Amino acid sequence: MHTRISSHSQEVIIGPDQPVVIIGERINPTGRRKLAAALEAGDMALLKEDARRQVEAGARILDVNVGISGADEAALMRQALAAVREVTDVPLCIDSADPKVLAAGLEVYEGKALVNSVNGEEAKLKEVLPVVAQYGAAVVALTMDDRGIPNDVDTRLAIADKILNEAARLGIATEDVIIDPLAMSVAADDQAGLTALTALARIRDRLGVNQTIGASNISYGLPERRAVNCVFLAMAVMNGLTCPITDPTIWEIRRTLLLADLFLGRDEFAMNYISAYREQFPEDD
Amino acid sequence: MADLEAIKEAVSKGRRKDIVPLVEAALAEGVDPHVIINDYMIEAMKEVGARFEAKKIFVPEMMIAARTMQEGLEVIKPHIEGSGSSGKKLGTVVIGTVFGDLHDIGKNLVVLMLQSSGFEVHNIGENVPPETFVEKARELGADVVGMSSLLTTGDPHVKATVEAIKQSDIADKVKVICGGAAVTEKFALETCGADGYAPDAAGAVKVTKELLGLA
Repeated sequence: MHTRISSHSQEVIIGPDQPVVIIGERINPTGRRKLAAALEAGDMALLKEDARRQVEAGARILDVNVGISGADEAALMRQALAAVREVTDVPLCIDSADPKVLAAGLEVYEGKALVNSVNGEEAKLKEVLPVVAQYGAAVVALTMDDRGIPNDVDTRLAIADKILNEAARLGIATEDVIIDPLAMSVAADDQAGLTALTALARIRDRLGVNQTIGASNISYGLPERRAVNCVFLAMAVMNGLTCPITDPTIWEIRRTLLLADLFLGRDEFAMNYISAYREQFPEDD
Repeated sequence: MADLEAIKEAVSKGRRKDIVPLVEAALAEGVDPHVIINDYMIEAMKEVGARFEAKKIFVPEMMIAARTMQEGLEVIKPHIEGSGSSGKKLGTVVIGTVFGDLHDIGKNLVVLMLQSSGFEVHNIGENVPPETFVEKARELGADVVGMSSLLTTGDPHVKATVEAIKQSDIADKVKVICGGAAVTEKFALETCGADGYAPDAAGAVKVTKELLGLA
């Protein structure tokens, strides 16, 4: 199944027969005080720098989240989308907890955007999916609902199924829903990795949709978080992860995903890996 | 002779297999259950908290220590209830994640650490509206209300929750503590008017004790 996301001039195809598509996560003020302060002051320089660096590091789509408290988030979203456009043409993922902000972003977006996110909560389904349908966008769907995040795979699969049905009812194609089966901290629950990996595989086998995952939760509370994230990402790609939301400016992460592609036969003559290596370690001649 | 130091070590090292026989042996010899709890188990958890704070140990090690203590407590419980004297509680804490936020890992860690430190803890879940914090705190006779917020967009809810408590009839009875990745000390204390701020689970125990005059 192919999900197509586009800007005015570029199209990205996400699918199990394609190289992994990295959705760059850095444009998000959560836990980034500097970026939050810059956005609050209406200063887009850091955001542009993040956009440029992530695309250089192989991000094919950029997530844009400007959720800071006390700001007019809709206006800020439009400003941020325009600022990103000044430095890159890659397709964008409009990310907000507020459906009105999603709509404000989609209204000015040229192309077919990705929306982050909907989940199985009744209010979210009712408020987010119609906006996605109205603008012909694609959407990330988290497998949680009004009861919270389920600990078991069956319930996550059932929620994914429910969201797909609701999307179809509104005219959103199945391939335009990207499921996030949710990775939780293995430090808090040592079965959380297995649950996420099994959920990925079952959703791929049963529903056939593309999947993303925020991988950094998995390592919370453990030593060597970066290494933990990388091993998980590699295993997740094997199980059906096709478009992780992550930070490609971290070389270990980029390398992990490139090698996952190579091992799964999606990198002819290993050229993607080798050219990324050359970019990362230029010969000083 | 009962090896009480071994109980302390079993808890602090998280040796779940050892704890039950050690506690059973101590009880069989007539050691006061309260001594086991207060002088050895809670002491062990204090050390665990300090090591976690100093970044010497990781989250799973803290969790398994707390779990080990809980298993030891299960063995002790019937002996305390039978003797008619209830275990002394340091205080009652009501804790939840603020409205609009479903994150529970950090908050649940705080619950575990507070319980292991001798507090009665009521976990009121995630996505909790301000008025529910107030109602539950009143109903349960809380000494402390703790709230967690991970999302930056949760700031207004943290503020609204602190204000709801401070403007309620229980304002004089409870202390309010804020924590979570989205909350800074300055925001919690100055912007919201909370009584305390905790950067992590060990810090939450510390500030709870300080606010109740137990430190």
